[in-house]
Amino acid sequence: MPLSVMPMPSSGASGGSSPAAVSAVGLRKSYGDKTVLDGIDLHIPAGSVFALLGPNGAGKTTAVKILSTLVTADGGQARVAGHDLATEAQSVRAAIGVTGQFSAVDGLITGEENMLLMADLHHLSRRAGRRVAAELLERFDLTEAAKKPAATYSGGMKRRLDIAMTLVGSPRIIFLDEPTTGLDPRSRHTMWQIIRELVTGGTTVFLTTQYLEEADELADRIAVLNDGRIAAEGTAEELKRIVPGGHVRLRFTDPAAYQAAASALREATRDDESLALHIPSDGSQRELRSLLDWLDAAGVEADELTLHTPDLDDVFFALTEAAR
Amino acid sequence: MSSLSLAVRDSATMLRRNLLHARRYPSMTLNLLFTPVMLLLLFVYIFGDTMSAGIGGGADRSAYLAYLVPGILMLTIGGTTIGSAVSVTMDMTEGIMSRFRTMAIHRGSVLIGHVVGSVLQCVMSVVLVGAVAVAIGFRSTDATALEWLAAFGLLVLVSLALTWIAVGMGLSSPNPEAASNNALPLMVLPLLSSAFVPVDAMPGWFRPIAEYQPFTPAIETLRGLLLGSGIGHNGWLAVAWCVGLAVLGYVWSRSLFQRDPK
Repeated sequence: MPLSVMPMPSSGASGGSSPAAVSAVGLRKSYGDKTVLDGIDLHIPAGSVFALLGPNGAGKTTAVKILSTLVTADGGQARVAGHDLATEAQSVRAAIGVTGQFSAVDGLITGEENMLLMADLHHLSRRAGRRVAAELLERFDLTEAAKKPAATYSGGMKRRLDIAMTLVGSPRIIFLDEPTTGLDPRSRHTMWQIIRELVTGGTTVFLTTQYLEEADELADRIAVLNDGRIAAEGTAEELKRIVPGGHVRLRFTDPAAYQAAASALREATRDDESLALHIPSDGSQRELRSLLDWLDAAGVEADELTLHTPDLDDVFFALTEAAR
Repeated sequence: MSSLSLAVRDSATMLRRNLLHARRYPSMTLNLLFTPVMLLLLFVYIFGDTMSAGIGGGADRSAYLAYLVPGILMLTIGGTTIGSAVSVTMDMTEGIMSRFRTMAIHRGSVLIGHVVGSVLQCVMSVVLVGAVAVAIGFRSTDATALEWLAAFGLLVLVSLALTWIAVGMGLSSPNPEAASNNALPLMVLPLLSSAFVPVDAMPGWFRPIAEYQPFTPAIETLRGLLLGSGIGHNGWLAVAWCVGLAVLGYVWSRSLFQRDPK
């Protein structure tokens, strides 16, 4: 099926200094009359971590499905690992590994059998397959559960097995669709550690997430997807800079102390009901220290001090309002 | 690797996976054997005396057993392929299918694995139900080795044809329950054929239904091969039906499988 509805400019998105692991121009996809992706452009250098950030229904999963050859785009052009998505899908598949949002393990067979199945499908010899399977099971702390049916695994274990299966063919580019959604905090941190290790090995990682914190932790570059369009793209720092909302919150229990502080701190926003003051801040150590020094000098002593950094809500309110 | 050897290797891997499923969870395959065995025992031991009168020629119960077994074997195949439809649907609704679709493997290997696995399961089911039939007195001593071979070939061909139809039904069903319902005709059609009583003994309005459906010529051919009754044009009809259904099922399944997943 032809994918290339729009002509690709010869300089294209694949131009640039570093070789692109993924480059896309004007990707579009609709289901019925609902437009899911409304022309997105991507350029992901090899060996980097790229996060596609967005709320549910923003089109993140659709983007992953298109770039991983699972579904065909309605328009636009993309190259993955140097191969055209439309005409060289099989070469793209040979270079990528995909761990989708929903568990892609065979629950009826054991963890080890799942791994050996992948080894067979990557055409490894029996011996090499056994070795790779054993290594990855060990690395993902699944050796003990290797002989149990995958259906009996916990959510975190399934996710680890899922990624272990994805790694059997040593893919150069890995797509992870919401790798930590539904995981408990410990499993989430384990997953982050796994992703960091992948990057150290030179793999390009394309991940989607709803959590700014996660993108912040892992990604070199972040694109914010909203309503099928990329609302902003940049490093975590760049994104936070365009988003207001970072502030320090001072809460008082004594109304008199609150009033005194409010008159001393003129630039603070007042929240009279909860006796709290909001002082704009980017949350850096330097700024926090100078704020504390200033509070000391002004003789203000709050009962509680909390630091509020911009979160996904802030990013979205800012970006969607800017678009209007 | 050439595309043919890739296809063979990946299909063999998928077949091993399906056989592993069947071996690990034999309950579904065995459950599907329950119906043909029950019908066999019911019609021979409970209805046998009355039924034998219906096939004419002063037949007794053992003659009715001989009449019944070929139809029961075809019904066994129909039942087994219902299981195949269900397992195809289960596979398609699992996340692992997305994984297969994003791997550099032979596209059709998933379906080929299902088809070959299903045909093997059909053969195994026929052997098991056949063993029950022999245990209660079915004999086919007059058949030559060539006739036996032809009978086996016919059973495999019917299995292949019904499997491809079942795979299409499985691919077009949204969930395993729906697949099981949609594939039910594969088990009901043999009931409406010459499996239990000759077509001549049926009411006139119903005869065309029994006559012009795939199971009747297949059953008549099997009967002829095993028991020496007349085959006539049923042999060619059976082969034509099987080839037609297999091609139809293949083309249908292929087009369903090549669609983008939801």
